[in-house]
Amino acid sequence: MALATNRKKKLWPYILLAPGMVWLVIFFIAPIVKLVSTSTQTQGVNIGEYVQSYRFANFIDAFTGAAPQFFRSFLYAGLATAFALMISYPLAYAIAFKSGKWKNTLLVLVVAPFFTSFLLRTIAWEQILGEQGLVLKTLRFLHILGPTGHLTATPFAVVAGLTYNFLPFMTLPLYASLERIDPRTLEASGDLYASGFTTFRKVTFPLSLPGVVAGTLLTFIPAAGDYVNAELLGNPQTKMIGNVIAARYLQIVDYPGAAALSFILMATILILVLVYIRKMGTDEVV
Amino acid sequence: MTDASKSAKGDLKLSSLVKTYGEFVAVDDLSLLIPEGSFFALLGPSGCGKTTTLRMIAGLDEPTSGSIHIGNTDITYQKPYDRPVNTVFQNYALFPHLTIFENIAFGLRRRGIKDVKDQVDKVLNLVELPHLAQRKPTQLSGGQQQRIALARAIVNRPALLLLDEPLGALDLKLRRQMQIELKWIQTEVGLTFVHVTHDQEEAMTMADTIAVMNEGKIEQMGSPADLYDSPQTAFVANFLGQSNLIKGRVVDSDGDANVVEIHGQKVKVLKNRSVAKDSSILFGIRPEKIRIQPGAHQLSGCVLEGGVISDVSYIGVSTQYQVEMPWGQELMVFEQNDDGIPPLAKGDPVKLSWETIFSFGLDGSEDASAGSEVNPDED
Amino acid sequence: MTKTSRWLSKNLIRIYAVLGFTYLFIPVIYTIVFSFNNSGKSNLVWRGFTFNNWKNPCGAADVCNALGNSLKIGFISTTLATILGSLIAFAVGRYAFRGHGFINSMIFLPMATPEIVMGSSLLTMFIGFGVNPGFWTIVIAHVMFCISFVVVAVKARIASLDPRLEQAAMDLYADERETFRKITFPLVAPGIAGAALLAFSLSFDDFIITNFNSGNVNTFPKFVYISAQRGLPAQANVIGSAMFLIALIVVLTAQFVGNRRKTTA
Repeated sequence: MALATNRKKKLWPYILLAPGMVWLVIFFIAPIVKLVSTSTQTQGVNIGEYVQSYRFANFIDAFTGAAPQFFRSFLYAGLATAFALMISYPLAYAIAFKSGKWKNTLLVLVVAPFFTSFLLRTIAWEQILGEQGLVLKTLRFLHILGPTGHLTATPFAVVAGLTYNFLPFMTLPLYASLERIDPRTLEASGDLYASGFTTFRKVTFPLSLPGVVAGTLLTFIPAAGDYVNAELLGNPQTKMIGNVIAARYLQIVDYPGAAALSFILMATILILVLVYIRKMGTDEVV
Repeated sequence: MTDASKSAKGDLKLSSLVKTYGEFVAVDDLSLLIPEGSFFALLGPSGCGKTTTLRMIAGLDEPTSGSIHIGNTDITYQKPYDRPVNTVFQNYALFPHLTIFENIAFGLRRRGIKDVKDQVDKVLNLVELPHLAQRKPTQLSGGQQQRIALARAIVNRPALLLLDEPLGALDLKLRRQMQIELKWIQTEVGLTFVHVTHDQEEAMTMADTIAVMNEGKIEQMGSPADLYDSPQTAFVANFLGQSNLIKGRVVDSDGDANVVEIHGQKVKVLKNRSVAKDSSILFGIRPEKIRIQPGAHQLSGCVLEGGVISDVSYIGVSTQYQVEMPWGQELMVFEQNDDGIPPLAKGDPVKLSWETIFSFGLDGSEDASAGSEVNPDED
Repeated sequence: MTKTSRWLSKNLIRIYAVLGFTYLFIPVIYTIVFSFNNSGKSNLVWRGFTFNNWKNPCGAADVCNALGNSLKIGFISTTLATILGSLIAFAVGRYAFRGHGFINSMIFLPMATPEIVMGSSLLTMFIGFGVNPGFWTIVIAHVMFCISFVVVAVKARIASLDPRLEQAAMDLYADERETFRKITFPLVAPGIAGAALLAFSLSFDDFIITNFNSGNVNTFPKFVYISAQRGLPAQANVIGSAMFLIALIVVLTAQFVGNRRKTTA
């Protein structure tokens, strides 16, 4: 009898895992595998038909065709991540250490804008920064911008939009990490002659590193693949790789090409992420 | 089978209990008989295996080998919920989402008892906290939580109540008070208590019988007086109270006592208070039994001469002296401050004497420092 | 140091936080304000204050249909993702088993994959199997990307559970099933609730993956995107504002109730 219950005990975690993992295998792993296989296909006899011809040159074609958009995407995503970190860190710090009984309310307020559709908020920025908006009128009035200067349809607007959209993703992991720090550690640092800034540099920031890693990943990855911000706030010169892939899929209908681009994007991000995690020394981000 | 084990009654018997974690032996061939209705203490330093033993009795860990019986029922491999055993955990483990009332009623309800109110009220009165029934655990102080944890276990009238260092997190005064209360409750209710602690004063205050554990084995078992007055190993001698242990040689016999030579001086120990196997002996005398005198009075009993006071500590109740003997060892002497005479001073030459019946002898191969290390973590 | 500069350095962080929150809320306030705009077809210029849009939130074509779809999809995918994700969280958080690290990586992957890759590859697979994108393909996609977030949220809550509470329950005659029902689950429930809320937000607000896998079915974000070119009706603002306010009220009430329960005598 002990043997039967032992075997059941061993199987139990697998039973729990099964439904969810099956779902992920069918609807995440399988499509990606199919994506990889599609990326080496070529046009078949009829329009819309593709044959597997293992054409690895697809990747080279795809990359050379969209190299500027690739680099631009990583640049914008990188900038947005950096800005988001700079804006979110003090915010998370304030909530973790300086908010007293308002802590939970403030957390809710960080996430609350999330509930207004992100598209509505992006469009709101488009209008705030756009021709009819006060911001532009003020800047033109102060001669910071010339009479034909504009804020929307610029790389600046795209990066600003990306930064803004992912602020909660950056703030919450940062907060979670900072919250775990025992404030007495910081007091001890002060007691041992460290100034405020040194305490931050040598104690607070290193202890919050897991949150920084999680937040930067949760920001950079979606930002690199985004195309909505570029579409609404940018111009044809600010197209990101997401725009290119979307167009290939939905308008030009070049599946192998789009698949090749997607694969390159995914692989690049995965490599960057692995290197980043290894360098930051956190074993478990999840 | 489950019903039989739930209603098992009788003495607790551990037979050759072993628990290993890979290479590490936590409990090393432990055998113990704890009589029904007694207050039993498992005493030992951190890591000695006492908590592991307790968890095996509770069913929270499985022994590697050996058996556990309550009366005639073998409960070695029974699940915790099938044993008539309840535990008071070190951190109380009160269910944070249930009221105090529901916490206490938990065991009763699981056993299918419908009408719990009377029993819960009774036990709340026993721990003197009837007004807290509708509160949540987080609203209670440490002392209150501890008493509720006790109530939660007692209300089930188990054959065996296990207490895992339950007083560790309380401050000194509260701890003293709880020690007396726990002892009183045990006598009132008549259950068998098995109390695990590293605090020797606590064990001696509360228990009828103490088993001193070290590195997975029992060093010695007996009443508090037995263990204190007649330690049989250096560990017990040092762990319970304090001892002066001096290496010596048995050189002669004098009636019912042995004559022991210590660095040129001669002292005596009763033969029935010595466990030394041959002429090599570790001679022991407790500090509070020693009389310390400066001059050359006529001294009775055992005498050691040539001591020089190297440290004086005034503790209020007593004065503690460190006396450096001619052979370099420092002996401890505790004098009650009950005679109005001012304490001696550092540097004074003194003679030490004590009644022979207080000497004890340990095996000469023992490590004189065993059990005397200061324990860094007190919880 | 003067009094003002001392006050400044002490409160610098707080001032910054206020600025940060203001920045966070600018587009939200703008959206709410413009929901009261007497706008007609295009909501770009302020024409005057009116309650009309709020009185007639479904006035613009298709807006309520899109909202309804978003809500239905949200509830269904949240339920599925929360169940599947919680099961995985229990498995991973409580048991050591072969493949533990591998499973952890698999859970992490969807969070490291850009939405455009997940969306487009899923679409390709659906088409390849002759399945036309529509309502249920959206649900499938949403469940897929929400599972990972649910796992992370619930796992965190499970990790904070004191194992001695379950030991105490078993010591008090509760077998494994009763222990789970009476002790484990009630204590993990807030984490599961939080994960469900997160999943719902992610589903409701999703655009990229939905856009690829929805065919003709409209969701609220898709509606906003498409209308943005023609002219966004104020009703969209109304719905966005309403969602924001409702969500805010729900969460703050839950907070308030939770706090009161903690201090109830």
